[in-house]
Amino acid sequence: MLNLNAFVVGLLFGLGLIISGMTDPAKVIGFLDLAGTWDPSLAFVMAGAILIGAIGFTIAKKRQFSLLGAPMRLSSATKLDARLLLGSLVFGIGWGLSGFCPGPAVVSAAAGQPKAWLFVVSMLSGMALYTLLERREK
Amino acid sequence: MNLSDFTHGAYIAGLFGGLLIGIAAAMFVLLNGRIAGISGILGGLLHAAQGDKFWRIMFLLGMAVSPYLYQIASDLPAVTIEADTAQLIIAGLLVGLGTSYASGCTSGHGVCGISRGSIRSIAATLTFMMAGIITVYLTRHLTGL
Repeated sequence: MLNLNAFVVGLLFGLGLIISGMTDPAKVIGFLDLAGTWDPSLAFVMAGAILIGAIGFTIAKKRQFSLLGAPMRLSSATKLDARLLLGSLVFGIGWGLSGFCPGPAVVSAAAGQPKAWLFVVSMLSGMALYTLLERREK
Repeated sequence: MNLSDFTHGAYIAGLFGGLLIGIAAAMFVLLNGRIAGISGILGGLLHAAQGDKFWRIMFLLGMAVSPYLYQIASDLPAVTIEADTAQLIIAGLLVGLGTSYASGCTSGHGVCGISRGSIRSIAATLTFMMAGIITVYLTRHLTGL
């Protein structure tokens, strides 16, 4: 059941990204381009997602187990550290440079966009590099 | 082009797509007890324990099927990728490294984290939005890359 639901959620999430316009990097860059012809429509994506998400998470936070009996895995971290902020900074630079964040890149790659594949392979390399660096630290 | 050129359609599509993303995120936490964060789900394929991988593959498979399901109803929206090969490689590396260190991206922090009122996610989202805005400003308006 958990795996089937993961599939359904991935499917809905992907459809949401396509319908909302998030899978078009030019549109994402238009949203980030405050000094140019700013396209604010992607702010509505976040507003819509958080509206429903907040209801789900408010219920989830009160539970120890999910409705299917899986443990509730919510982070309890509250500290704002350098890893979080510098990591987000580096992510934002890559996002602004390409117009791709991970979700839309995966959907576009699956749809057969060669440039999205290039981005996804490079992103996975970045994640693998992180795993390597972390292992070395330990 | 100016603001009035963006039709109401784009706002309605944005809101509707956003609601769908919200439903997906709510379903995932309520049924699976997990955060629908794409960078975390992808990263886990590389370093999570063997038994913690199959659901990730199923989630990504669902995402991969979504454009094909959408195509049954309508043509896929246009995708314009202005970045060249070098920019895409650099951007991909930065996104992979950055989201790994930050433990999340637009979905994990921006949607799920803000939805549960996490201070870390709010700070992360403000940071990557600012970084994205400044990057677009520098590449589009100052250097014209």
